[in-house]
Amino acid sequence: MPSAAVIEIREVTKCFGSFTAVDGVSLDVAAGEFLTLLGPSGCGKTTLLRMLSGFETPTRGALRIDGEDVTHLAPYRRNVNQVFQSYALFPHLTVAENIAFGLRMQKVPAAEIERRVGEVIDLVALGGFSARRPHELSGGQRQRVALARAIVPRPKVLLLDEPLSALDAKLRQQMQLELKRLQRHLGMTFVFVTHDQEEALTMSDRIAVFNRGRVEQIGSPSDIYHHPRTTFVADFIGEANLLRAEALSRTPAAVRLRVEGGLEVEIPAERWPSDWTSGVVSLRPEKILVSKRPIGDAAGFTARVTDELFQGALDRLHLQTESGTRLTALVANESALREAIHAGDTVWCGVHSDDVAVVGPA
Amino acid sequence: MRPIPPPPPLHARWSGLRLLEAGLGAWTVVVFLFLYLPILVLVVYSFNASRLNVVWEGFTLDWYGRLWDDTRIMRALKNSLIVAGCTTVLSVALGTVGAWLLHRYRYRFGRTLQTLIAVPMIMPEIVMGISLLVLFTTVGLKLGFLTVIVAHTTFCFPFVLIAVQARLQGMDPALEEAAMDLGATPVRAFLLVIVPYLRPAILSGALMAFTLSLDELIVTFFTASAQVATLPLLVFGMAKVGLNPMLNALSVLFIVATVAFVLFSEHLRRLGRRAP
Repeated sequence: MPSAAVIEIREVTKCFGSFTAVDGVSLDVAAGEFLTLLGPSGCGKTTLLRMLSGFETPTRGALRIDGEDVTHLAPYRRNVNQVFQSYALFPHLTVAENIAFGLRMQKVPAAEIERRVGEVIDLVALGGFSARRPHELSGGQRQRVALARAIVPRPKVLLLDEPLSALDAKLRQQMQLELKRLQRHLGMTFVFVTHDQEEALTMSDRIAVFNRGRVEQIGSPSDIYHHPRTTFVADFIGEANLLRAEALSRTPAAVRLRVEGGLEVEIPAERWPSDWTSGVVSLRPEKILVSKRPIGDAAGFTARVTDELFQGALDRLHLQTESGTRLTALVANESALREAIHAGDTVWCGVHSDDVAVVGPA
Repeated sequence: MRPIPPPPPLHARWSGLRLLEAGLGAWTVVVFLFLYLPILVLVVYSFNASRLNVVWEGFTLDWYGRLWDDTRIMRALKNSLIVAGCTTVLSVALGTVGAWLLHRYRYRFGRTLQTLIAVPMIMPEIVMGISLLVLFTTVGLKLGFLTVIVAHTTFCFPFVLIAVQARLQGMDPALEEAAMDLGATPVRAFLLVIVPYLRPAILSGALMAFTLSLDELIVTFFTASAQVATLPLLVFGMAKVGLNPMLNALSVLFIVATVAFVLFSEHLRRLGRRAP
């Protein structure tokens, strides 16, 4: 991963009246990194992005971009550009004129403008459309114009505010790949805002999960997915069975937990704070191995299948343990080679200790 | 399957309806005659060789020629165009900038301000005229072009402002942000992005202001000196003395100009719609 923070966010708070939209956020973004701010609507991710672009001023705290304090710098003096959710293309200008706008503001010589606009039009595959007006383009094409317009001034950071949300599902997937490819090709720092966890997992180097104005967790997509540290993260990204757990015994290396529903499992001691007697753990539905018989000496518990829902590639099993705990497991769709499991069966559910994520105190 | 016979036409079933339809048609004709017959008569008599409006003595273009030679009328026309032109420019500047500022920023008395701006549009012209005259004499401003233009602008610019505000309602707020994000100062963002976006509204507001100023009589009457008498003022004076076929010719020219104006602005509007 590239080093050297290009964005430094220090204890930034933004209040609108009595509402605190962003609450003491500190964050570094490395040069060339693809960072996603992920969270539900109203979690503060867009407000943080708008403070980076300069449309909002922090109530407290400081922002540095490329070493320069930009906390109170006007948007038109910042070396960052934004791709807007609505694209905000200038309706009276052609595609080429839209893209050239930023360079014209920088008083770049006309010949250079022409060359750079031509290059970026090729880069985003808009050749042949340069004389069109925005209203003569499809949604996907407008998106590319917005992207081209924002990258052509070569900003230090590109800010993207849910740029794919207006596209249909298929086009969105294609654009996710193209955006990622473009970001690698340019080596540009991207800060991407979305509420779509799948989008975040697909595209990001790192994800910062936002909730109620705070960063709940920051890490790589697989880290966030496999090792959620809070119940919110476990629940918001993917699906999670959130279960109560008690510490049975503790050695310097490991903690033995009894998880609600009958599972007993040993996890590395550093994952369980020494002063906790109980807490909440998360189990991903697809990490539960459902079988008719116990496998080896793996940790597990028994449960009854109360419902079996066919979901195409996957089968969703609703489980209930003897003590009444309800869980969900996802298993690959039945193959003739595998043992069949149906509603009403009593099954053994195997869990590996690595897949038990401690997400919070009880 | 047996084909179903078509129902008899409505007219055949109820002849009463037919009667009603004929009555309504006739009424429509009467209304339009009432609206347009006087204008038609005026146009026709502007080509009448007789000095009297009631007798037809043959076709002539003489009155149009005499209009051209009449220095008083020509001077009044020039005055009118100067006043309407200046009023339009001022109204567009005030109305557009005012609408933008009201839209873009929050003011403590924003609503009140909005109402106060609209009042001159509905204020009786005689009240406007007298109050402006009192104002001008109080501050010691001599009646002339300046006073007429200021007076006209007070009731013309709200029309621009309201037209522009309507267009701003539908504007994506990110448009201005995108311009600033790309390095435009607020002033440049306004001039390079917002104004082009508002162009159709500005144009229709400008045409409105120009037309209103051109045929304004009462406010002008109170705020103009004899030297800057506008066309409506002159026509008003002339008509008091007696109807003159020259006035018919002048009116026809006005009608032609107005229609051309409206057609032109419609054309602009259609151009604007093709590229919203």
